[in-house]
Amino acid sequence: MSERRASSNLRINFTVNGEKRAIDAPPMKRLLDVLREDLHLTGTKEGCGEGECGSCSVRMNGELVNSCLVPVLQAEAASIETVEGLGKAEKLHPIQRAFLECGGAQCGICTPGMLMATSQLLAMNPHPTIDEIREGLAGNLCRCTGFKRIFDSVVAAVAELDAPAKTGGAHAR
Amino acid sequence: MRGNAEAHELIAPGSLAGVLELMAEAPGEWTPIAGGTEIMVAHAAARLHEKKLVNLWGLNELRFIESGDDSIAIGAGATFRDLRAHAGVQSGAPLLAKAATWIGSIANQSRATIGGNLANGSPAADSSPALLVYDAEVELISVRGRRRIAYSSFHTGYKRNAMTPDELMYAVHVPLRFVKHKQYLRKVGTRRAMAISKVALAGTALLEGSTVSEIRLAAASLAPFPARLYKTEAALLGRPLGLLAIREGQEALMEEAKPIDDIRSTAAYRSRVASNLLGEFLSELLPAEVRR
Repeated sequence: MSERRASSNLRINFTVNGEKRAIDAPPMKRLLDVLREDLHLTGTKEGCGEGECGSCSVRMNGELVNSCLVPVLQAEAASIETVEGLGKAEKLHPIQRAFLECGGAQCGICTPGMLMATSQLLAMNPHPTIDEIREGLAGNLCRCTGFKRIFDSVVAAVAELDAPAKTGGAHAR
Repeated sequence: MRGNAEAHELIAPGSLAGVLELMAEAPGEWTPIAGGTEIMVAHAAARLHEKKLVNLWGLNELRFIESGDDSIAIGAGATFRDLRAHAGVQSGAPLLAKAATWIGSIANQSRATIGGNLANGSPAADSSPALLVYDAEVELISVRGRRRIAYSSFHTGYKRNAMTPDELMYAVHVPLRFVKHKQYLRKVGTRRAMAISKVALAGTALLEGSTVSEIRLAAASLAPFPARLYKTEAALLGRPLGLLAIREGQEALMEEAKPIDDIRSTAAYRSRVASNLLGEFLSELLPAEVRR
């Protein structure tokens, strides 16, 4: 297909994991590709590329989105959170620890999306029922675990996030 | 094959007036994109033919929900997350709030807008059956002004609608007078989340004694666009509701439905399931002693 170049690059200013970033990209470039290629944040994975599997889930202005369906122009001035912003290898977020401990991750492709969907769910609803957990993660497909261990991981994360509050300690969610 | 981002123009005038001026200058040339849950999917598969896109996402002028005395005004840019979370929608238009929870996943609901759902015009659109049985109106806007039409006359054919090339959808108005009606909505798909419906049926009805004094029925995926089932309604209106009337209503539906065979289901299955859904709705309206 011969496609003429219809768009020139646009300067996009946004915040990614708390840091102000500026990139130049075609306005229809997918946020997913900007994160991975321009910002080298390769934690966000591409699965289906059409909004069905949730592997590319990130948070944009406090809402869960599929980054494969966001043209980067629409991320102008937005605050984006990716899995890299959730925790670091040396300081895992309780949700990440729970997924490790409960076997919620196997091949790992769906995991960053699962973590971000869980993070969104618990931000909206800190004590979800099992049905609410299932609904919150319904847009994230996993072909390894059979989901049971993922739901167990979320339950464990809720318990761990609750624990410091019970002992009076402050905990950043 | 992936779409090429550089082959598409996407601009953001930044205001509703700016978008409308652009659309008036070159009617039909610019394709609006809001949450991108339709257009970006086509783009990913390299089958997005529209080369010139104009951004609606982030226009606060289109993203509102206002509860009035007689109706709720829903901005075309309201997302399905907005709809399902809104107390006025939950109480005044519960079928719409319910449909909003079915659309895709949380990530899709936080991006997909009601205006996009209707303007895209899929025969399987999730919000449509509820809006049809509520007698909703859609408000269209252009530089020439605004106009309101019945939502039931909005779709004119498969993926065709009553908007002129310079118009955008501005709002959907949902009357509140149906809160006293019996209401029904059920979608049948391959799984609860994400699946596009094989068939969906909505209904609102009012009974005086056992007589059906008002009834509205609408379906997704029984016709080239979401539509009321006027003939089925006529078979039931004014009749005492009983097992015979229900059976005849179901027969009228089987006659009226014009579904197709496609990748998601077959015509025969869709008609049969829609008829069963109608049976379920009407049976709920029977007095308990007649039900079994």
